[in-house]
Amino acid sequence: MHLSDSAIAEEETGARILREPGSDRQSEGRQGPAASPRGTPLVRALRFLSGYKWETIGAFIGLVLSTAGTLVVPRLTQIVIDQGITLGAMRVIVWGAVGIVIAAVLAAAFTYLRGYLAARASQGVAYDLRNVLYAHIQTLSFGYHDRAQTGQLLTRATSDVELVRTFISTGLVQLFSALLMMLGSLVLLLSTNWQLTLLTLPVILLVLGVFGFFAGKGRPLFTIVQQKLGRLNTILQENLAGIRVVKAFAREPWERERFGESNLELRDANLRVMRMFAVVMPLIFTLANLGTLTVVWGGGYQFIAGHLTIGELVAFQSYLMMTMFPIIMLGMIIMAVAQAGAGAQRIFEILDTQIEVTDRPGAGDLPAIEGRVEFEEVTFRYFKEHDPVLNGVSLVAEPGETVALFGATGSGKSTIINLIPRFYDVSEGRVTVDGHDVRDVTLHSLRRQIGIVLQETTLFGGTIRENIAYGRPDASEEETVAAAKAAEAHDFILGFPEGYDTSVGERGVTLSGGQKQRIAIARALLIDPRILILDDSTSSVDIETELRMRQALERLRRGRTSFIIAQRISTVQHADKVVVLEGGRVVAQGTHDELIRDSAIYTEIYRSQLQDDRELLPEVVAVAGAEAGEEVS
Amino acid sequence: MFHGPGRGLSREVEKASDFRSTLRRLLGYLRPYAGQISIAAVLVLINTTLTVAAPGLIGRAVDLLWQFFNGEMESAVAISGLNRTMLLLLGAYAGGWVALMGSMWVMVKVGQNVLYQLRGQIFAKIQELSLGFFDQHEAGDLMSRLTNDTDVINQVLTMGLTRMFSSAMTLVGILLAMLVLNWRLALVSFSVLPIMVLSTVFFSGRARRAFRVTRKTIGGVSAELEENIAGVKVAQAFSREQANVEAFREVSAANRDANVTAESITAAFAPTLDVLATVGVAIVVGYGGYLVLNGQATVGVIVAFVQYVRRFFEPVRAISMIWAGLQSAIAGAERIFELLDTPPSIVDAPDALGLPAIEGRITFEEVCFEYKPGEPVLEDVNLVAEPGQTVALVGPTGTGKTTMVNLIGRFYDVCGGRVTVDGHDVRQVSRANLRAQMGIVLQDTFLFAGTVMENIRYGRLDASDEEVMEAAKLANAHDFIMRMPEGYEAELTEQGSNLSQGQRQLVSIARAVLARPRILILDEATSSVDTRTELLIQSALRELLHGRTSFVIAHRLSTIRDADQVIFIENGRIAERGTHEELLAMQGLYHDLYMSQFESEVEAEQVE
Ligand SMILES: Nc1ncnc2c1ncn2[C@@H]1O[C@H](COP(=O)(O)OP(=O)(O)OP(=O)(O)O)[C@@H](O)[C@H]1O
Ligand SMILES: Nc1ncnc2c1ncn2[C@@H]1O[C@H](COP(=O)(O)OP(=O)(O)OP(=O)(O)O)[C@@H](O)[C@H]1O
Ligand SMILES: [Mg+2]
Repeated sequence: MHLSDSAIAEEETGARILREPGSDRQSEGRQGPAASPRGTPLVRALRFLSGYKWETIGAFIGLVLSTAGTLVVPRLTQIVIDQGITLGAMRVIVWGAVGIVIAAVLAAAFTYLRGYLAARASQGVAYDLRNVLYAHIQTLSFGYHDRAQTGQLLTRATSDVELVRTFISTGLVQLFSALLMMLGSLVLLLSTNWQLTLLTLPVILLVLGVFGFFAGKGRPLFTIVQQKLGRLNTILQENLAGIRVVKAFAREPWERERFGESNLELRDANLRVMRMFAVVMPLIFTLANLGTLTVVWGGGYQFIAGHLTIGELVAFQSYLMMTMFPIIMLGMIIMAVAQAGAGAQRIFEILDTQIEVTDRPGAGDLPAIEGRVEFEEVTFRYFKEHDPVLNGVSLVAEPGETVALFGATGSGKSTIINLIPRFYDVSEGRVTVDGHDVRDVTLHSLRRQIGIVLQETTLFGGTIRENIAYGRPDASEEETVAAAKAAEAHDFILGFPEGYDTSVGERGVTLSGGQKQRIAIARALLIDPRILILDDSTSSVDIETELRMRQALERLRRGRTSFIIAQRISTVQHADKVVVLEGGRVVAQGTHDELIRDSAIYTEIYRSQLQDDRELLPEVVAVAGAEAGEEVS
Repeated sequence: MFHGPGRGLSREVEKASDFRSTLRRLLGYLRPYAGQISIAAVLVLINTTLTVAAPGLIGRAVDLLWQFFNGEMESAVAISGLNRTMLLLLGAYAGGWVALMGSMWVMVKVGQNVLYQLRGQIFAKIQELSLGFFDQHEAGDLMSRLTNDTDVINQVLTMGLTRMFSSAMTLVGILLAMLVLNWRLALVSFSVLPIMVLSTVFFSGRARRAFRVTRKTIGGVSAELEENIAGVKVAQAFSREQANVEAFREVSAANRDANVTAESITAAFAPTLDVLATVGVAIVVGYGGYLVLNGQATVGVIVAFVQYVRRFFEPVRAISMIWAGLQSAIAGAERIFELLDTPPSIVDAPDALGLPAIEGRITFEEVCFEYKPGEPVLEDVNLVAEPGQTVALVGPTGTGKTTMVNLIGRFYDVCGGRVTVDGHDVRQVSRANLRAQMGIVLQDTFLFAGTVMENIRYGRLDASDEEVMEAAKLANAHDFIMRMPEGYEAELTEQGSNLSQGQRQLVSIARAVLARPRILILDEATSSVDTRTELLIQSALRELLHGRTSFVIAHRLSTIRDADQVIFIENGRIAERGTHEELLAMQGLYHDLYMSQFESEVEAEQVE
């Protein structure tokens, strides 16, 4: 099968779907449940078919024609029997047989068309659903991701989408096909013999009732299955991400047990719903058979009464089988309907999640900034009901200044810098950049001007070059190398046989801690930001390397506003301003010298770090310590 | 995410024997359920017999009517005959229902059990594989094997198998009935069978190749998702959302196209069979008409025969379709078995020693190590840590400190020399036993979703709440834990991301301490912790470490001054060793490193 046109289709869909069709929201992220399009989740999922109009229409036409072709065959068979065999006309027999074959070939051609187009449409919808989901997950804010579990999200973007897809590719067409065939053959039945037809009506109604009832009843059961699957995936994902810890503590047996429990729950949830359908599906088949029984029985009476020819009875029965065949199809797809309902619901649960931090309507782009950052009485809580993590924080960083944040573990340093690129929204007060409240400008224009090295180093699978150029994939070779040099990464990179093309493994596992941090710094430098944020980004780097880095950065920092978090006083003491935090409050700020003079906490830490070391090292104390000592006293 | 090389455990060439052995192995999973499957088979047999009997009964009714039409029978006799036949038919349908239900009930259970077992095996395998494997394989792809690939097997096992079975029996039944009814007609209508078989073979080969691509690409989708959802914060920090969506589209489109290709093969298959089946019907009608004209068959026989021929091709079609569907299951199973067959590069020696309580003497003897063959990371490393000693490893980043401590717990195997614990080569002892006596704080802090209590208890599962709190106090985590509203019951989210980095390190120190290790390894365990807290932890640890061997890696030299030995590593070799004072006196590399922390300060003060 050659899909020469798939490249074109790709272009087209590429530009097409980034949000749910039929939704009227204009600005990204305004999709609270209220603004989302109406209809049950499954109906909303089916709306994605609007992107595949021609495929859908084509599949439907294919369906109609193939159904017609299939319906012609028994008619021809009847003619051959009644007018050929019974009357002994060989010509009719031969031409009838030929007609049957031609009808079958045509029907087959249309069946193929239908199958192919349905595949294209359903795969297209799955593709779009996955993309929309992924795009939404990418834009959901930090607060959401703090709570979300990767395994759960992954399950929805793969398994749940697959459920919807299966339904669209087989269930939907079959449902249509079933209803259409039922209708078509009902008309034929009526025209052949309306009394017999009325006999079968109760059976058909019964089947439809059973179908509707169990399709609805199965859905919540499948939701449970998907939940259990998500749980299983979460355990698995966690185990893969934390495999080193599992192994370090020799916890494999325990993890197997934990997984085993979840695995068992998944099996049982599956069993529960499958068993239900193990009863329902045969029931529907049996109802279909009862239809046949009714007709043969009733038809027999009519025949004996002389109202029917035997050929008519046979044809009638064939048509009836065509009525019953769709019933059997209904039996087969009932599970798919229930599954798709469950899957669609879970997909839209994510799509309907409001993005907490998003561009406000009419937000303008932040113009090229000078780099003045100000916190005005900022209070921040991660959760509404919790105690504030930051409490009335006010500070100013003038353009080009270097501000160091200093304080104990958990005092709120990372939280403060997370507010500048607006990863979270403040609870009270405001954060401004060059006088613009960060909530008034577009996220993209704000973040583009901020280079940040997060405390937790995250790299991606791929080469070192790709990782450095993460924020600017179009960077030139020179720029990449320059950034790497400034981050003191160039030398070790060239130490690898493949240099910048060295693959770093998933999450950068094949690099040492310090190497990862330096790549992350190079990554932030490459976007040439006006505001540079380094959150504890040299904690795994040795002192000598850090010193060289600091000198390189010194040059780079010129003209940029920088925020630096570090635990080593030696790292922060050159800052234009040191902000000392304790328990989410600013307890002191000023230059190193001012703080040594005024702040007891700062002095205490300073002494604990440097004085201590000096005691062992008389010659250093002689050079520098004496002055510091004077300052302290 | 950047589509680097080495995605998946790719396998390109296909051998026919692969298919057969994979199928056989897959069916092997059914062996333990032979009893249940036999019951299902009997039920299917009953159902099939009744299903086959049904058209026969209808045929009998039609013949009855035919006889009546020809005046060979009274209407009263015909009616009572009809009633009797119909009651039999009713019985047959009812019996068929019960039997089908029973067989499905049983098979559903068998199928789910097999899946349960497969998933368990995959997980166990993942747990068994050594770290080197995970350096090269994407988590998302492995996840896809456990969920998506088992899922396609599920579809075949639960539904396909019963259908295949019942179809096969129906086929045999109808075959016999047709032969008995009119063997000439029967043989003629079978004439299309060989073509059907040929086309099944033709299509299934293609389908299998196509399905293989679908399995691989869905693994790619899953990998892309997994890595980028886990790293979504960085993506947002760098405004990469749009670029990531584009990249994902590409991976996702590859999967879509592979699926369309595979589905269009199967889509062509069914109509092909339909045409062949109808040709069969046409032949019967044509040839049957000829026979009737020659008086060699009755019209009733032809009518019944047309019924049979239709019914005959139904299971043939079903079997062929299941066979084609089986190809996707095989493609999934191939990936699963490939994973299950990956030998772990590190296994316990068959006669591995169960270590008794470790004394803690650790030696490195001429150790060489490489992650990639030909690129040694450690060379000629010799080291003796006496029981109770604290050994500090220092040196520039990326010189192999983490690598060295990884060798003690045998996370990787050396390429030369040996690492011993209490005189036993670590390759000769049971890893579980060895690691259970080690407490390790890894450089990359990792916590699990769950409560703080559960996270610390990970170190020793049978520890009491008090012991957990003791450990937390020692690691200086108790205070901040108690400040949280739920205290020890506070739920941590994935990777502990609702704690500050330093807090995460404290929790992981508590976790290691709780293990009551004989050997403690702290790999930059306090790098993000403020210095005051660090000092407190150190003094607490000093007491705890009494009599235990420990390895400490740190860049803050204040952390390591008190070590019994300081080892300076440069470029994978030990460059200097001795106590802090001795090394300073040597005025070598360590001295330079140590001095550099004051250099900046001196320089800064000179500037002023
Ligand atoms: N899993 C791996 N696969 C391949 N190479 C690796 C792997 N882990 C580390 N390396 C390489 O081995 C070398 C030593 O790494 P190691 O992590 O031991 O350094 P380290 O001394 O602990 O550094 P740091 O102080 O930065 O943590 C580095 O060059 C690194 O790139
Ligand atoms: N995503 C989050 N959700 C809820 N609480 C959080 C979250 N991140 C941090 N906290 C809490 O907020 C407080 C401040 O954390 P923050 O990360 O700002 O500390 P920090 O000063 O950077 O500490 P460290 O030096 O350890 O990195 C801590 O008590 C922490 O538990
Ligand atoms: Mg922090």
